[in-house]
Amino acid sequence: MSDLEYRKVSSIHGALMFLKGVDNVAYGDRVAIRDLDGHLRNGQVIKTSADLVLVQVFEGTYSMDLENTWVRFLDRPFELALSPDMLGRNFNGIGDPRDGRPPIISSIHRNVNGAPVNPVARAYPREFIQTGISAIDGLNSLVRGQKLPIFSGSGLPHNQLAAQIVRQAKLPGDASNFVIVFAAMGVSYSDARFFEQEFESSGVLRNVVMFMNLANDPPMERLILPRTALTAAEYLAYELDHHVLVVITDMTNYAEALREIATEKGDVPSRKGYPGYLYSDLAEIYERAGRLHDRHGSITMIPVLSMPSDDITHPIPDLTGYITEGQIVLSRELHNKSVYPPINVPPSLSRLMKDGIGKDDTREDHPRVASQLYASYSRAMDSRNLASIIGAEELSSRDRRYMQFAGRFEEEFVKQGVNEDRNVIETLDLAWALLSLLPPAELSRVSEEDLQKYHSWEEA
Amino acid sequence: MGEVLQVNGPIVTIRHPGIRNGEQVRIGKLDLIGEVIHISASDALVQVYESTDTLRPGEPVSGLGHPLSVELGPGLLGQIFDGVQRPLNRIMELSGASITRGLQVPALDREKKWHFVPDQNLVVGNSLKPGEIIGTVQETEHIQHRILVPPDRAGEIIEHAPEGDYSIDETLVRLKTSQGKVELLNMYHKWPVRRPRPYLSRSNSSQPLITGQRILDTFFPLLKGGKAAVPGPFGAGKTMVQHQIARWANADIVLYVGCGERGNEMVDILQSFPKIKDPHTGRSLMERTFLVANTSNMPVVAREASIYVGVTMAEYYRDQGYDVVMVADSTSRWAEALREVAGRLGQMPVEEGYPAYLASRLAAFYERAGMVNTLAGNHGSVSLIGAVSPPGGDFSEPVTSHTKEIIRTFWALSKPLADARHYPAVSWLESFTAYADRAGSWWAENVSIHWSQRRQQALALLSGADELERIVNLVGPEALSSSQRWTLESSSLIKEAVLQQSALDPVDSYCSPQKQFALLDLMLWFHDRGVELINLGVPVEQLIELPFHGELKRLKSSVPNDELERLKLTTEKISVALDAMRAEYSKSNHREIAT
Repeated sequence: MSDLEYRKVSSIHGALMFLKGVDNVAYGDRVAIRDLDGHLRNGQVIKTSADLVLVQVFEGTYSMDLENTWVRFLDRPFELALSPDMLGRNFNGIGDPRDGRPPIISSIHRNVNGAPVNPVARAYPREFIQTGISAIDGLNSLVRGQKLPIFSGSGLPHNQLAAQIVRQAKLPGDASNFVIVFAAMGVSYSDARFFEQEFESSGVLRNVVMFMNLANDPPMERLILPRTALTAAEYLAYELDHHVLVVITDMTNYAEALREIATEKGDVPSRKGYPGYLYSDLAEIYERAGRLHDRHGSITMIPVLSMPSDDITHPIPDLTGYITEGQIVLSRELHNKSVYPPINVPPSLSRLMKDGIGKDDTREDHPRVASQLYASYSRAMDSRNLASIIGAEELSSRDRRYMQFAGRFEEEFVKQGVNEDRNVIETLDLAWALLSLLPPAELSRVSEEDLQKYHSWEEA
Repeated sequence: MGEVLQVNGPIVTIRHPGIRNGEQVRIGKLDLIGEVIHISASDALVQVYESTDTLRPGEPVSGLGHPLSVELGPGLLGQIFDGVQRPLNRIMELSGASITRGLQVPALDREKKWHFVPDQNLVVGNSLKPGEIIGTVQETEHIQHRILVPPDRAGEIIEHAPEGDYSIDETLVRLKTSQGKVELLNMYHKWPVRRPRPYLSRSNSSQPLITGQRILDTFFPLLKGGKAAVPGPFGAGKTMVQHQIARWANADIVLYVGCGERGNEMVDILQSFPKIKDPHTGRSLMERTFLVANTSNMPVVAREASIYVGVTMAEYYRDQGYDVVMVADSTSRWAEALREVAGRLGQMPVEEGYPAYLASRLAAFYERAGMVNTLAGNHGSVSLIGAVSPPGGDFSEPVTSHTKEIIRTFWALSKPLADARHYPAVSWLESFTAYADRAGSWWAENVSIHWSQRRQQALALLSGADELERIVNLVGPEALSSSQRWTLESSSLIKEAVLQQSALDPVDSYCSPQKQFALLDLMLWFHDRGVELINLGVPVEQLIELPFHGELKRLKSSVPNDELERLKLTTEKISVALDAMRAEYSKSNHREIAT
C-alpha cells in the first residue's frame, strides 16, 4: 500500500485535505504528500471512511492544487527514530534535523502518541529537586517526575527562570545530571537563540535534545512537536535510564494551533472557541511526565505558558492547572518592582511537595515553615490593603510588623540573582530570619519545638 | 458479523444488522471494546473505549449480545480497575507499563478459591427470592462478602454446595424457576451498569457520615446515603478533601473513582492506604477500599462509562447491607466526555457546548445514592460525593450549577482560602447542607445536646465577622466597637483553631466527633467569656493581648482524640486568668459607682 501514490484530492481547506475514492485507509496513518513543485509534506489521517479520507497537513496547504498533489499512505502511525545520538541535536516537530546534520538512523522507532501509562505501573514521585530558587524550593518544591508549569505573561522573564532551573536543578547529594529535552513551539528566533546560548554557555549542550518550531514555521507542526519531544524523553528516561528534564515552551501556541485545526474540522467549540477536548488533549501531553516502578529514569516536566492578558482563568492555564501537579505563577506587579524571579507566591502551588520534603529529604521543619510563610504573607497582604485605605501611619503595631515582613519577604526571600544558587538549608534559614520579624503568638502553623529551635524573637 | 464504515476518533460507524442500542461490540482486528449509542436502518454508531488508531473501514465488528456490564462477586476489594472494569494489576502483568489495546481480562480472578459458608436458609426445597443471601465468604479480614441471588433470578433450591473452598465460577446452587427451568448460581453475577440495581424500598437516613473533618462534619454534615458535591477551582484542594473522606469516613466500603484525573493521585492512594489504619476498625484501609481509574490520559469514552461502572459496584455492596461511600473525582471530566461524544455525533450544543441531556444524566446518576431496605432484608446505603472542576472557578457554569440543584450538601472550595493555605479550603459562606437537622439529632444523642446551638452560633459569628471585615476594608478598624473587634478576633480564632485542619499532621488528620465538638465548644466558651468581660468594661486590647491564642490554635494538633481531658487543663488555666480580670473590673466598676 505504501508504494501507491494517489492523485485523488477532492478539496483543500486550511490545513485539511479531503481525498475521495481511496479505500481502506487506517485512522491515524502517516501520510506523505508530494506537491506540484515536488516538495514533500507530512500529514496524518484524522477521519476515514470507504469514500472519504480527511488528512491534516502539518506544513499547511499553501500553494497546493488538486491536480498535481500526490498522496502516499505510509501504513504506519507517526513514529520517531530514536538513538543516543539525538543528544546535542536540533530537530523540527516531526523529528527531521534542523541543524543541517544527517537524520537519525535507528532500528528503534516509537509511535509519537505513546500509549497511556497504567497507573499501577507508576511510582509516586518523591525525590526533592533543589533548583536553588527559594520561592520554589522553600514554598513550592519540585520533585523528580513532577509536572510543574510556569504560568507567565508576555514580557515576563519566564525564559530566564526556566533557564535558571535547567542550570541549577540537582538532587542534593547526587552527582548525576539531568538530560534536557527542550521543546519550543511558535517561539521567536531570539527566544530560541537565548536558550541555545544558555545551554552552550553552561556547557550542557551535549546533554540537550532540542525540538523547535519557530513563530514563522508551520503552526500545524506544533500539534505533533510536544509528542515527538516526549517520545524522545521517554526513550532517554526509560530505556537509557537518564533523569530527564523536559522544558516545553509555549503551550499557549500549542493550544492555539489546536483551536485552528478544530475550527477547520468544524468541531463544536466550548470556551473561547477552544474545542471541548482541549483538556484531554493537554492531558495526553502532561501525563507523560512521571516515574515508573521498574525503571531507573524519570521525566520531570516544566511547561511554560503565557496567560493571555495575564488571565489565569483563561482556558489554557485553567485546564493546565487541573492536570499538572501545581503551578508557578509569575506576577507583573513584582516584575515592575524589579523582583526577579517575580514568583507570585499565593497562587503558586506544588502538589507533590508534601512527600518530597521534611525530615529525611530537606529538614524537619520545612512543611510547617512553608505553610507559615504562606499564612503570614497572606495576612500581610490584608495589612497592605488596609494601609492603602487608611494610610500606613494609622496602622496598629501588629499590622506594621506584617507590612515590614511582606516587604522583606519579597525583597530578600523571593528576589535573588539570576545566577544565585541557594541551597535548601539557606532558604529555610532565610525563612526563619523573616519569620523572626513576627511574634511567636502569630505563628500558629509551626510547632513549639520549631519556635524554640529556629525562632529568634526579641520584643522590641 | 458486521463491518466498520467510518472512523472519526472514538466514534466509529458500523454496519451490523440486528444490533441493539447499548450493546457491547468488539471492533476490528485489534478487538477494541465499544458500545452502540445510536442505531438507524442502515448503520449504527459505536463509542469505542480504546484508541482507534490504525483502525480501517472494512474491518470486522461483532456484537456481544449484552450491554456494558460489570462482574459482581468477591475479589473486588483492594483492586484497581479501569473505566470498563478491567483489573489494572492484571493488565500490567500482561502488557507492562503501558496499556495495550484489545486486552480481554475478566474483572474477577477465576483461579482464587474462596471459603464459602452457606446461609442457614440454604436448604433443598426452600425457595430463594431475588437478591437474597445464599451464603458468605470472608473477602478481607474485616469484610464478609455476602453472596446474593442475582436480582433477576428466583426459584426453588434443588441442590446446593456444602461449606468449602470454591472458585467464583463453580456452581453453588441449582434453582428451579417457576417456569420449570433450571438455573445455576455461582459466587458472582453480571449486571448492566446503566440500570440501577433494584431494592425493596428507600429508607430515611439519620446517620451522619463522619469524615473526621471538622468543617464537613460539624458545619456542613452529610448523611449516609446522601449526595454531596465538592466544587472548586484548580489548586483549591478538591483531591485532598476527597482523599481525606476516602481515608476517614465511617463507611464499611469506600470506592474511589478517578475520572479523568492525574495518574499520580491513584498511585498515592495505592501506596499510602495499605499503610494507614482505619480509625473505626483498626484494620488497613485498603481492606475496605477499591478504585476505578480512568486517568486523564486514558481514552475519553471509557471516562463516561467509569462513573456507571463505579456506582453499580457500590450498589452491589449496598445490597449486601453495607454503607458504601463512592467518591468521584471529577464529575466535570465525565460531563466533558459526554460533551465530546455529543460533539462528534453532531448533536446540538446548548450551554458551553454541553448537550441538552447533561442535567438529566447528572440527576439520574446522583439519584443512585440513598439508604435502602435491600432485597435481602437489611439496610445498606450508597453515599455519592462528586468533585466538580468548574472552568476558571466559575460556579455558574453548567456542570456546577446543575449539580448544585441536585445534591443536598455543597462543600464549596475557595481559591482565596487555598492561597492563604487555609485547608480544607471549604468556604463557610458558600457551602450549604440540607441535612443539618437530621444530623443534629445524632449529635445530640451521641456527642452533646448543645451541638446544634454551638454550630449555629459559630456560623453566625463567622458570617458576622465577614461583614465586619468588609467595613474594616472601607473605613479601617477604628470604626469598630470593642465587641465588634472581639468578634473579629474570635472568628479568626475559630478559623485557625477549628476550621483549618492539616491532612498531613498525624494527630489532626482525623478528628473524632467528640474532639470536634470539644474544640468548638472551647473556642466559643472563650468568646462568650470575652463578651462578658467587654460588657464589664475590660478593654478589648487587654483580651487580645492574652497569651492564650497561640496555644488554643495548636490544641487541634497537640491533643489527640483519646486525650480530650487535657483540654480541661487549658480551660482551667484560661478561666483563672479571666476570673482575675473579671474580679478586678467588677471591683473598679463597683468603686466607680460608689464614688
